[in-house]
Amino acid sequence: MSDTNHDRQITIALAGNPNAGKTTLFNSLTGLKQKVANYPGVTVERKIGSWTLNGNAASLIDLPGLYSLDATSLDEQIARDVITGEQDGAEKPDAVIAVVDATNLERNLYLVTQLFEFGVPVVVALTMIDQFEKQKHEIDIEMFSAMLKTPVVAVNAKTARGHDELIEKVKGVIGTTPAVPYTFEETDEEGPHGKIFARYNFISRVVQESVWHSDHEKHRRSEKIDRILTHRFFGLVILVAILLLVFQTIFSWASLPMDLLEQGFGALGDLVRASVPPGILADLIVDGIIAGVGGVVVFLPQILLLFLFISILEDSGYMSRAAFLLDRLMSRVGLHGKAFLPLMSSFACAIPGIMATRTIESRRDRFATIMIAPFMSCSARLPVYTLMIATFFAGQTVLGFISLGAVLMLAMYTLGIVVAILVGFILKRTILKAPPPPFLMELPPYRLPNLRTVFQNMLTRAWLFLKRAGTVILAISIILWALMYFPRNQSEPPAVAGGLTQSTEIVDDGVQPPVTAGGSDSEQLKNSYAGKLGRTIEPVIEPLGFDWKIGVALIASFAAREVLVSTLSIIYNVGKDENEESETLLAAVRNAKTDDGRPAWTPLTALTLMVFFVLAMQCMSTLAVVRRETNSWTWPIFMLAYMTALAYIAALITYQTGRALGFE
Amino acid sequence: MKRKTDETILLTDLPHGKDARVTAVNGSGRVTRRLLEMGVIPGVSLKIVKDAPFGDPIEVRLRGYSLAMRRSEADAIEIVI
Repeated sequence: MSDTNHDRQITIALAGNPNAGKTTLFNSLTGLKQKVANYPGVTVERKIGSWTLNGNAASLIDLPGLYSLDATSLDEQIARDVITGEQDGAEKPDAVIAVVDATNLERNLYLVTQLFEFGVPVVVALTMIDQFEKQKHEIDIEMFSAMLKTPVVAVNAKTARGHDELIEKVKGVIGTTPAVPYTFEETDEEGPHGKIFARYNFISRVVQESVWHSDHEKHRRSEKIDRILTHRFFGLVILVAILLLVFQTIFSWASLPMDLLEQGFGALGDLVRASVPPGILADLIVDGIIAGVGGVVVFLPQILLLFLFISILEDSGYMSRAAFLLDRLMSRVGLHGKAFLPLMSSFACAIPGIMATRTIESRRDRFATIMIAPFMSCSARLPVYTLMIATFFAGQTVLGFISLGAVLMLAMYTLGIVVAILVGFILKRTILKAPPPPFLMELPPYRLPNLRTVFQNMLTRAWLFLKRAGTVILAISIILWALMYFPRNQSEPPAVAGGLTQSTEIVDDGVQPPVTAGGSDSEQLKNSYAGKLGRTIEPVIEPLGFDWKIGVALIASFAAREVLVSTLSIIYNVGKDENEESETLLAAVRNAKTDDGRPAWTPLTALTLMVFFVLAMQCMSTLAVVRRETNSWTWPIFMLAYMTALAYIAALITYQTGRALGFE
Repeated sequence: MKRKTDETILLTDLPHGKDARVTAVNGSGRVTRRLLEMGVIPGVSLKIVKDAPFGDPIEVRLRGYSLAMRRSEADAIEIVI
């Protein structure tokens, strides 16, 4: 096992406290050359980038941000295993770069002392050094380094200050065995925590000898900001205002790029129609792949914007203030203030939200948060809500000036939140019973978000979303298309058959929809596998006011909620001309008839469907993530079962109450 | 370890803005351990900056940074003013 194996790639790990500037340094060292995945079997994110150590390629592992290596949380366990080389999916590092925030030396150094004890060569990278100097503090880096018995480099990711020196020092320590620069004096008096005291005593000595503090201007600034932002009253007002602003911006800013994407996919469909001979292949590409995947990719602008805001809020230090403000409320439900972030992210998509629960240390609290996260109305529900509102409630107002659509939208979001609170409350008192989790959380100083980190984070999320669209959604779209395309109708095209073929009349802008192999499209759908499935479940959904066509759409949207819209387009045969999709779909839904000629949709049906979608677990990807996060099938199956039951009951109550009150 | 003197009080009884010194961190569970790891060890000086809107959690300032904790957690910390 001796030193030089020239074939082996050098591996360096980057360790540090949360908010120490670790990610910024990682991005600046590796640029865009990084891969984000998970460690096998768990969902702690594994970020590996490539770095050049004087011509030699090295891989740089970005460990999760941590305060300690004592393995009390999953992140700490993984980080510890990576450093000791016991973690699958990561090489044992040849050296560790310990990222230390110069403005918060003592607590940051605690992790460094633990690194020493692992016997791995360490180089300390001092970040935030410009702020440190601006505050008129001084540090004698030579003395500091000598006392730690380890190289120390002051770095600045923005100006690349210290990057070359960092490379030199890292190269220098590889292969060495570091000495622990202090000894443990295990005395009975200090009990089981003797090591912690010894580490901090050493740290105090180092800081005393090598650092001169002026008075702390930094916290004065953060404290001043906090006088307003975490004010008992104004803090909450501002929090609500920020959330409103974020959602408002997402809706208004995203609409233009969403329209463009929609038109782009429409044009692409036309292009394929024009260049591929009519038949099964063209149908598969246009109706299956382009319509299905396009319908999901349209949400990319919203996802990008939400993650833009989340990254800014996180990077600036505000997110932990939000947890601070809301912990009392969250703990009433039995959850940690930290559950706020995953739950808020779930408004975009439950998948990143559920993945973000790994910051919650207690397993039971984490699971409780996971179980209620999908009740937050995610962006995939938006197209469902919007379609229903645009079709049946557009232009109506409440009290003469508030748009009914906005009220309904708010009602759907509120319903999700209220049910989440109730379910969380029940779970925490039954199967996930546990004392309230500890809160202990750092409130980092406010900082201007690093643009590069913000954008990189946003792009990573976008990429993960697109990958999902390219795999799961693509597969589902094709399966779904096949379910509706087969078996092919053998009979000759019938004469236009009464109420069933309304849809063909809606597409009448000159582009003649290609005639499919046999019969009209809706005739085809009726006899397809999907149609049969829809009719099989019709007795079950009839009490909700849904006919078999809506049943088909419900089955299809089990894959992902937004698929409801594209399925309805296919069912009502309006997908042929994507440029006009929304308008024709609205008309098609409004004019759709059940098999016995009644209108298939009424405002009450629309409302019932919305309620169903607030509560139902209509997302296979979420279930897959829950399976991975909880490492068992029990939880996702439980989630699917109880959410579907809740959704059914709530929809039943909505529809039947509506009927009883005289609505149709 | 617990040298209760007359001036020793719990952190939760400390008036806001007043400097105090930690004399003991009680308990042996995970919260205690985490408090110690975050630098709340006997001898360190700290002060309470503020309460959250509903009176809980509290913001404590020590070692040049801010740590938020619930009152139930702060109850493990004994101090002298």
